[in-house]
Amino acid sequence: MAAKSNLVNMVLCLTLVCLVCGGLLGAVNSVTEDIIAETAQKNLVASIAAVLPEGGELSESQTSDAAGIGEYYVLSTDGAPVAYAVKSTTNGFGGALTLMVGVLPDGTVYNTSVLEHSETPGLGAKCTEEESLFRTQFKGFKGRLAVKKDGGDLDAITASTITSRAFTLAVKQAVELVSSLNGGQDNE
Amino acid sequence: MSSKMHFLTDGLVKNNPTFVLVLGMCPTLATTTSAMNGLEMGLATMFVLILSNIVISLIAPVVPDKVHIPVYIVVIATFVTLLELLMKAYVPDIYATLGLFIPLIVVNCIVLGRAEAFANKNGIGASALDGVGVGLGFTLSLTVIGLVRELLGSGSAFGYKLLPGDGILAFVLAPGAFIVIGYLMVLFNKYLKK
Repeated sequence: MAAKSNLVNMVLCLTLVCLVCGGLLGAVNSVTEDIIAETAQKNLVASIAAVLPEGGELSESQTSDAAGIGEYYVLSTDGAPVAYAVKSTTNGFGGALTLMVGVLPDGTVYNTSVLEHSETPGLGAKCTEEESLFRTQFKGFKGRLAVKKDGGDLDAITASTITSRAFTLAVKQAVELVSSLNGGQDNE
Repeated sequence: MSSKMHFLTDGLVKNNPTFVLVLGMCPTLATTTSAMNGLEMGLATMFVLILSNIVISLIAPVVPDKVHIPVYIVVIATFVTLLELLMKAYVPDIYATLGLFIPLIVVNCIVLGRAEAFANKNGIGASALDGVGVGLGFTLSLTVIGLVRELLGSGSAFGYKLLPGDGILAFVLAPGAFIVIGYLMVLFNKYLKK
């Protein structure tokens, strides 16, 4: 069975194993790196397209210091913004909940898309089902962005108030960002 | 070769990792919210198990005794990272649901357990078969647990809605995992393990 241990063969063996493993991982990583980046990019583009009206030109990603906002994209026709896609993150029930929110310049929610979540399967994870009642009420929504329990106009997912609140807050952050952007543009 | 086939079937019943050895409970409890998740997690673990069993059975004779655990861990971690990279690149949808649990295969006691208990004493063929057997046993167990939980918890199987209504919520959550595993363990040991 196993060889007798001494300092030389222990160090040699571990070094050799680590070198081989490291080399192997490096090789595989160099192959998969591009594919992974490509998929991530494709998903991002698809999620932006899903939450915005068709047509127009999409800007490069812009960053914002507002709480929970990662980056946003402006869709414009002939230089005038027609919609914004905002990546907004809040704390869900199981961890970070990241949405792509499409917002029209007047603060109306155009559509939403879930980028990342770790909500409970069968409960909070229902927020990923685009056809669910919870999600469809956001389409074209303009009003008090809060669940009814908190005095807003939105129905929460049954037994998933925390997820519903987090989702609503993420949308609210996005809408607030857009209204602050438009406030800034009025001065120009 | 037929004399070696028992290595394969051992893992399914006699050494069933979930119901008999009771190893790797963390991913078992966490990922079996649906039959599909259980199946995918089982297959991912099987991939690592087979490869690490093969490699460890090959290098075991030359690895000094005092460093054999670190060496095995490096080998296992390498395969897990490989799996993670490959899944991220080629099956991003599956990675999105299981991503969190893939790195945990490193510390899944089934993999290190089989390396210690089997692969370092047996030849490459037997070790590979043991990997397949235990891997299949794990996959099967996770799928069955997932199926029961999905059926009771959301009234569907492999994503297809079979029963009307929302099902019993608790079975999708952690308590349901413990309850289902407990009952399945009783049934398994009563009827299958002789």
